[in-house]
Amino acid sequence: MSETPPPPEGLLAELTHRCPLACPYCSNPLNLDAPRDEMSTDEWKRIFSQAAELGVLHLHLSGGEPCSRRDLAELVAHAVEVGLYTNLITSGIGLTRDLFDRLVAAGLDHIQLSIQGVDAPQADWIGGYKGGYAKKREVAAWVTAEGLPLTVNAVIHRGNVEDAPRMVDLAVELGARRVEIAHTQYYGWALKNRGKLMPTREQSDRAYAAVEARRAHYLGTVVIDHVAPDYHARYPKACMSGWGRQTMNVSPSGKVLPCHSAEIIPGLVFWNAREKSLADIWSHSPAFEAFRGFEWMQEPCRSCERKAVDFGGCRCQAMALLGDAKACDPICVKSPHHALVDEIAALDSAGAVDGFAPRRYAREPKATEPA
Amino acid sequence: MIADDARPRLPRGVRLREDKVRARWVLLAPERIVKVNPIAVEILRLCDGARNLGEIVADLAQRFKADPERIAADVRALLASLAEKKMVET
Repeated sequence: MSETPPPPEGLLAELTHRCPLACPYCSNPLNLDAPRDEMSTDEWKRIFSQAAELGVLHLHLSGGEPCSRRDLAELVAHAVEVGLYTNLITSGIGLTRDLFDRLVAAGLDHIQLSIQGVDAPQADWIGGYKGGYAKKREVAAWVTAEGLPLTVNAVIHRGNVEDAPRMVDLAVELGARRVEIAHTQYYGWALKNRGKLMPTREQSDRAYAAVEARRAHYLGTVVIDHVAPDYHARYPKACMSGWGRQTMNVSPSGKVLPCHSAEIIPGLVFWNAREKSLADIWSHSPAFEAFRGFEWMQEPCRSCERKAVDFGGCRCQAMALLGDAKACDPICVKSPHHALVDEIAALDSAGAVDGFAPRRYAREPKATEPA
Repeated sequence: MIADDARPRLPRGVRLREDKVRARWVLLAPERIVKVNPIAVEILRLCDGARNLGEIVADLAQRFKADPERIAADVRALLASLAEKKMVET
């Protein structure tokens, strides 16, 4: 496409891939950026300034665990100064009272706190961090006492699916203004752990209905955002609201991606914010151009009446499940490969959940180890 | 129904600002961007937690030389819809 695309509304800054937790559904790539490759304070500040100029309104500071960055308060202050609505996406681990106070003073707008379960044994097992649940409750209390808006985010999978409606109740108890109940999306670590995470169709249908039933009850108390279980859906999600349409992700080392998972698509060329401006990357980088508009589509997407609704679904999912990033997302009932999704979901939800492949840095191979 | 003596305000974490790049006004809230038309901008600017609903309506009716009842209906509809989204406190 030659014309300039409308500017992005959101930017997700993965400040670091360091994280004390080991959630089995982490959306970070399997190849985590090493701490030594992380961008400097000044590099991030320059990116935030460029983002505001380009038209970004919402900045999401994420990771990894963003509180692992020693310069977090300085980065927040800069983002607020250039006019960005600044959201911190945190596990709460590593957020000290002193840091919290400095973030508030810097003008932070919103905190999104992840919760792995409805009680300590469940949550700490899933997150792989003892004491995590208690710490999260403490952080939630700081946020609400300060009057800052709190979002509670819960990822749903076979290990906690029966508790999905109770997650909403817990969010209300914690004083959240918004709760996100997100059925696991199978990319990155979640794809690796899919066999341990996939609920049965009956479980996910029941959980989905129970959360929806809370909506009327909590209207005006808490805003519920509900992410449907992909593999049990009839139509695919409008992934990222369309490729290169609304948001961009920046990795700890400065790679600018159309989504969390885009690096799994072979042949895409990503530009780096260390070398080029965000505006240039947004408008011209080959990775962003690859799936903009409708020209790239195959059938059944190309002639589908829903193509401007869901944009053919998710490119990474088409890649992961079919080996073809341009194919119709097989979640769609119109995909000739839709039966595969049902088969995978049935197979993967059948076994016992006896542990996960924990999300952590791959060990560097030692010279003494046999190849 | 919002009471006449309610003193609406934007809660912490909700910001009314000009989006210069797109030449419009927006209300920014957690994970939400709401486009705001010029009339709603005028209404929201008066939602400071000090003025009550009646005062807001009177102010607008006088400035825009409009029927207060009609203004009141517009103000109530806007605020009720934003209150459901937790973007206004009444």
